[in-house]
Amino acid sequence: MKLLIAFALVLALAGLAYLAGRARAVRMTLAAGGRIGAVHSRPAYHGAYVAVLALAPALILLAGWGLMGEGVIEGRVLATLDAASQPAPGPDRAALMNEVRGLVAGDLPQAFNPLAPVLAPRYAATRANLDLLAGALAVALLCLGGLWGYSRIRPDFRARNRVESQVRALLLLASVVAILTTFGIVLSLIFESIRFFRLVSPIEFLTGLAWSPQTALRADQVGSTGAFGAVPLFWGTIFIGAIIAMAVAIPLGLMSAIYLTQYAQPRLRRWLKPVLELLAGVPTVVYGFFAALTVAPVVRQIAVALGMSDASSDSALAAGLVMGVMIIPFVSSMADDALTAVPRAMRDGSLAMGATMSETVKKVMVPAALPGIIGGVLLAVSRAIGETMIVVMAAGLAANLTANPFSSVTTVTTQIVALLTGDQEFDSAKTLSAFALGLVLFGMTLVLNIYALAVVKRYREAYE
Amino acid sequence: MTAMPIIPPLPERQPTDWTSPAMQARLAARYRGERNFRRMGAAALLIAASFLAFLLFTIVRDGWSGFLRTEARVEVTFTAATLDVDPAAVAGPNGAATLARADYLALMNEAAKGLDPAAGTLSDAAWLALRDRLLADPALLGQRVTVWVPVRSTIDLLAKGKYDLSAPADSRGVSDREVEAWRWLEREGRLRTGFNAAFLGNADSTEPELAGIGGAALGSLFTLFITIIIAFPLGVLSAVWLEEFAPRGRLADVIELSINNLAAVPSIIFGLLGLAFFLNFAGLPRSSPLVGGITLALMIMPVIVIAARVAIKAVPPSIRDAALGIGASPIQVVFQHVLPLSLPGIMTGTIIGIARALGETAPLLLIGMRAFVTDVPQGITAPATVLPMQVFLWSDDVQRGFVEKTSAAILVLLVILITMNSLAIYLRNRFERRW
Repeated sequence: MKLLIAFALVLALAGLAYLAGRARAVRMTLAAGGRIGAVHSRPAYHGAYVAVLALAPALILLAGWGLMGEGVIEGRVLATLDAASQPAPGPDRAALMNEVRGLVAGDLPQAFNPLAPVLAPRYAATRANLDLLAGALAVALLCLGGLWGYSRIRPDFRARNRVESQVRALLLLASVVAILTTFGIVLSLIFESIRFFRLVSPIEFLTGLAWSPQTALRADQVGSTGAFGAVPLFWGTIFIGAIIAMAVAIPLGLMSAIYLTQYAQPRLRRWLKPVLELLAGVPTVVYGFFAALTVAPVVRQIAVALGMSDASSDSALAAGLVMGVMIIPFVSSMADDALTAVPRAMRDGSLAMGATMSETVKKVMVPAALPGIIGGVLLAVSRAIGETMIVVMAAGLAANLTANPFSSVTTVTTQIVALLTGDQEFDSAKTLSAFALGLVLFGMTLVLNIYALAVVKRYREAYE
Repeated sequence: MTAMPIIPPLPERQPTDWTSPAMQARLAARYRGERNFRRMGAAALLIAASFLAFLLFTIVRDGWSGFLRTEARVEVTFTAATLDVDPAAVAGPNGAATLARADYLALMNEAAKGLDPAAGTLSDAAWLALRDRLLADPALLGQRVTVWVPVRSTIDLLAKGKYDLSAPADSRGVSDREVEAWRWLEREGRLRTGFNAAFLGNADSTEPELAGIGGAALGSLFTLFITIIIAFPLGVLSAVWLEEFAPRGRLADVIELSINNLAAVPSIIFGLLGLAFFLNFAGLPRSSPLVGGITLALMIMPVIVIAARVAIKAVPPSIRDAALGIGASPIQVVFQHVLPLSLPGIMTGTIIGIARALGETAPLLLIGMRAFVTDVPQGITAPATVLPMQVFLWSDDVQRGFVEKTSAAILVLLVILITMNSLAIYLRNRFERRW
C-alpha cells in the first residue's frame, strides 16, 4: 500500500517535471519568434525528456525496493535473534514472518509463535526506517534527474531524438522480458533439480519403476527412504494425455474440421465454429469437476458391469475422455488451418475427375495436409500432457504401471501439485522432486513444440 | 521442327457402360461411402456440441439452487437482559456501538427454543440476522419481532429436495431426526426460500450455507488488475519492437523463439517459476494477488504479443509510408498511426488472454492461492483466493451442500468468461478493418 502511494507520488512529481519542462520550452519557442524550425523539438518532447530523466532512476529504485525490500527487512529482523532460535528458511520462516506482519498490521489479534510478538516491534521499526530512506532517496533522485533535464532545454537541443531513442530502449526492454522469463523458468527448474539429483541419482529417477515420495518422519518406518522412480508417472502422463485423450480428440477433431471446411454451409459454419471455440474457453477446473463428479462414476459403473472387481473411481479413462473433449477444438482448428492451406486446385482437380467429396478428402486433401495435421496433433499432445486441473481432480495419486484404462494412474502434473501443496518441507527430496518432474515436463513439451512448429512451418512454405 | 513421338495405336476401347449392374452397384457403393463419411463428420460435431450442452446442462441443473437459500421464521424478543446490554447505554450517544457488541448468540439460543423439535436446524451464523435487524432499527429493543434466519445446509438441501427420501436411512446421507425436524418446519409454515445474497457477497466458510464467492471474486479482480497492468504494456511494447524496430538478427530470433515457446509452455511450469523465483527467491508474500498476478501476466504475455503482432502486421505499409513521407519519425508513425489502427485487434487478443488468466488454476495452486480465506481480501499483498480456485476447493469438500455451491460458482465464472469472449468477438467484428 505504502509502495503504491510512493509510486503515485513519484508519478505525480514526474508529471510536474513534464509540465515544467514543457512550459520552459514554450517560453523558449516564443522567445525565438514562435517559428517552426527555430527550436529543434516541440515543447512536449522537451517536457517528456525532463519527465523521463526524473522518473527513470526513481522508478528503478522503488521497483527494486518493492521486490527486494521485504527480503532485506526480514533478514535484518531475523538477524536480531540469536542463531539457535532462528527458524529454518521455508514455510516455517514464512509463517513466522506472516504472523509478524499480521501483528504489525493489526489483522492478527494474537500470534501462535512466541517469537512473533518479540519481532513485531523490531519489524515495524525497521520497515518504517528503511521505507522512509527508500522514499527520500527516490525523491532526491527524481529532483536531481529533473533539474538536470530542465537545465538542458535549449533551442538546438534535440529532445525528440533523445525521447525517441528512450522509447526504443523501452521497447527493447519489454521484448527482453520474454527471454528473461524463459531463462527464469529454465534456471529455477535446473537449479532445484540439481539439488534433487544430489539426493537421488538421475538414473534412478528416469528409469526407476517405483514411485513413493513419502519420506518417513521416523527413521524406522517402513519405506522410510522414499522411492523416486518416475517411469510410472511418465507412463500415466502418456497413457492419459497422448493415448486416451488423443483417441477421442483426433477422430472427433479431424472429422469436425473436415465437415466444417468441406461440407458445412457457410451459415452453419458461422454458428458451429463459436460453439467449438466455447468448448476451448471453458476453464479446465470446470472440466475437472465434470470429470470427477459426472464422468468418473459412469466409467466406474461400466467397469463394474464388465466384471472388474477393483474398479477405481479415479480411472485413467474418465480423466482421458474429458481431456480428449477439451482438446477437440484445438485439433479441429489446427486441422482446419492445414486443410484450408491445401491449394484449391488440388481439390478442384480431384472433384473434376469425378471423385466424390469423401474420396477427395481421403485420397487428396488429408494426404496433402498430413504434415500440418501431424504438427497440430503434436501440439495437442504437448498441451494434453501439461494439462493439470483435470488430472488433479479426476485421476488418482497411485503410481501404477498398467495399461488398463479402468484402473487408476497418476501423471507428472498431478504429482507436482500433490508434492508442492499442503505441508512442505523445503530441501527435502520430496519437494525438490517436483522441480525435477517440472524439468522433464518442460523438456518434453519444448521438444514437441519446436518439432511441431517446424513441421507446420515447413509444410506451409511448401504450398506458398 | 522436332519429330513427333510415335504413339502406338490404342486398342479399340469400349466406353464404360454406366447402366450395367456392376457399374451401378459400384456407383451406389461410392455414394453410400460419401453419405456415410458426411454423416461421420456431422456426428463428430454433434458429439462435441452435445458434450458441451450436457456439461452446461449438468452444471445448471446442479447449480441453480445454489443461488437460493432456505430461511426459517423465528420469533424473538430483543430483551436487554439476554442481550447483556444496558438500555440506558443504548439510548446514549454510543448506542450503536453498544448494540453491535451485544450477545446475540445467547438471544439466538433463546429464540431457537421456540422451534423445539427443530431447535438444531438453524445455521451457526443465524445470530447475524438478529444483529442486522436490531442494528437497522434500534427501537426494536424490548419488542417481539419475527425474523427470518438461515438454516443449516442439510435442512436447506431437504427443502430443495436434494435428498432421495425413499432410500434407506443409512444410505441417504441425512438422519431421521433431521428429516423430522424439516417436516415439522414445513408443516408449521416456517420455511421460505429466497435469493441467496450471501452467496455473492460472503467469502469462503466451512458451512455451505454461509460460504460465498464474494471473497474469491474480489481476489480474482485484484489478481487480474496486476496481470493487466503488467501484461498489456509489456505485450504491446514487445510486439511493436518485434514488428517495427527489431533488426534482423540473433536477438530478434531468440526473442521470437522465446515468445512462441512461452505460449506453449504448460501453465503449471509458470507456477513452478512463481514458487521458486517470486516466493522463495524474491520473498514476495505467499498466496497474494500480487504474486498470482505477476505469474499470470508472464503466462498471458505471449498471447498478447502474438495477437498484437498479427494486428500490427495487418496495418498496410502505405499508411506507414504516407506518414514517413510527410516527415513523421518512425516512433511517431507507430504511436500515432499504426497502434491506433491496430488497437481493436490488440484489445481482442488482450481480452482473450485475460479470460484465460481468469480461468487458470494450476499455477496459482503452487503459489499457495488455495489458502482457506474466510475474509474478503484486504489488498494485493494479503492472502486471497480466486474464482476457479474456489471451485476447486469446494469440489474437494466432502459436505454435500458444497456440490450446488461449486456448480453455482462455475456458473458465475462461465457467465463472466462468456461475456468476455463475446466482447472480444464483438470488438473483432465491429472494429476490424479489412484493408
